[in-house]
Amino acid sequence: MRTVSLPVAYMPLVDAAPLIAAREMGFDHAEGVSLDLRPAPSWSSLRDMLAFGHVDAAHLLSPVPIAMALGLGGIATPFSAVSVLSLNGNVIGVGQDLEKRLRASGYAFDFQDANAAGAALARVANGPLVFGVPFPFSMHVELLRYWVAGTELASTQVEIRTVPPPLMAQALAAGEIDAFCVGEPWGSVSVDDQVGALLLPGRAIWTCAPEKVLAVRTEWAETEPHLLGGLMRAIWRAARWLSRPESRTTASEMLSRASYLNVSSELIDRALSGEFTISSRGEQRHVDGFVEFFDGAASFPWRSQAKWIAHQLARRNGLDPTQAEYQAAKVFRSDLYRRELQSSGVELPGASEKLEGAIPDATAVASASGSLILPPNVFFDRRIFEPSE
Amino acid sequence: MGMSRKLTVVVVEQNRDRAIAIVDALKDSGEVDVFVIGAVSGLARKIATHSPDIVLIDIDNPSRDMLEELTIASGPMERPVAMFVSGAAGGLAKAAVEAGVSAYVVDGLQAERIKPVIDIAIARFHVLRQVRTELAETRRALEERKVIDRAKGLLMKAKGIQEDEAYAMLRKTAMNQNRRVADVAEALVTASGLLS
Repeated sequence: MRTVSLPVAYMPLVDAAPLIAAREMGFDHAEGVSLDLRPAPSWSSLRDMLAFGHVDAAHLLSPVPIAMALGLGGIATPFSAVSVLSLNGNVIGVGQDLEKRLRASGYAFDFQDANAAGAALARVANGPLVFGVPFPFSMHVELLRYWVAGTELASTQVEIRTVPPPLMAQALAAGEIDAFCVGEPWGSVSVDDQVGALLLPGRAIWTCAPEKVLAVRTEWAETEPHLLGGLMRAIWRAARWLSRPESRTTASEMLSRASYLNVSSELIDRALSGEFTISSRGEQRHVDGFVEFFDGAASFPWRSQAKWIAHQLARRNGLDPTQAEYQAAKVFRSDLYRRELQSSGVELPGASEKLEGAIPDATAVASASGSLILPPNVFFDRRIFEPSE
Repeated sequence: MGMSRKLTVVVVEQNRDRAIAIVDALKDSGEVDVFVIGAVSGLARKIATHSPDIVLIDIDNPSRDMLEELTIASGPMERPVAMFVSGAAGGLAKAAVEAGVSAYVVDGLQAERIKPVIDIAIARFHVLRQVRTELAETRRALEERKVIDRAKGLLMKAKGIQEDEAYAMLRKTAMNQNRRVADVAEALVTASGLLS
């Protein structure tokens, strides 16, 4: 079968796995496309590569296309998020100085309880806390802000600074930042470099945070529906493959190659297995569903996810939240997801919006065949986000 | 002040020679004050102390994301900076991205004041990019030559053949397997390392 070469940009992170697996396992060829994967040096360059047509699709931080639609951040080319590439997958960590003070205060580093972690950090903070994040528009920033506002940290001065993930460990060691929120493998790298300890997985703040999306230019989605469909189906198949436990070792080896992440496969396996080493003392913690690519309709781009992100961005940047939610809902293309994947036996939810944070336990919901089970979807503070009409 | 005021340009570049090349080109235009920032720690803060009109940074510089913070004005005294893409100047921005330079421009600056500076930056980055590509290609070619020579040596020793025969063998295998000679040579060198 003839395949069409498709340039796709990604950042070398564990959650680029669906793209890398689609290419390496040949799911792309099976769908008539050939992924030409191009690593990007930074999120801004990756966004520009997509905006200026150097690539046709990209692994992108979920808030970026929404911020662009709201007129934030400079570039205005309309992007569409056609699927969610991953849920969760970030870690919050602290530098050695904070680690020492937390231990002295009796904190046990349970890597689980966001309320307790916030309270402990607030107790030991003397002066402003500086957090490093990869990009100003990112789930990292949104989770941090949400957590800080909802815990005892609300009365602590918190500053958030952009630090490229490969430089995060160095910035911690140099004392430029006190803590960080970053995607794997960079949190584990800071542990192995003996400069940091892990405090929380991102999912301790929100169990279903849409982390990365598959983004395309909206105009490209309209002119190339067949390529788009092939790309989406290839990535959906790759995500299904990644969800099988027996694929994990292969996936870790694949991602670890010099041409992709260029770190040891053992480091990558921590994120894929949820078996973390959280400090230089070697303490082990387990997290279920640390990063999710497939189960529970993980790749479905819910319009309510877009609205949650827009709501946070609007409130911080002085925009009207209702208007922002309306604009953002058009960016997460549940319509295209349904159109391109319904014929492939993909379990599609009946609705395109849901109350975010309102599913305390796994729940069966209406779907085409009636067998879709949504995973727990809760915020650490048990608040429920109701998207505006 | 007004139109006659010189523009302040900050160039973010760690490599000294590249920085000098860019600064010299910009200074020749006579219209600008240029500052270079090399170290990446506290980048956004260091840039802010110069209160620049334009910030130039290599598109491949991983620290570029630190500059994106400048696009959100967080205080009343701060001047928001926009990436230079909008309106009639859009073509210029595309050219800049293709040359490998990203430009951040203070909001509200007139396009006719920006254009000469960006034009010079684009021309200079084009040259630097060519030099860098050539250097990388040369280095790669040298590396490949070394590996091919080692593979030839291994074949000559193992099979008792001459150098030209060894090379012919590598080429034939590469052709049959639809691979590059350098890749076949590398596979052979790796395999022989494992077996020895």
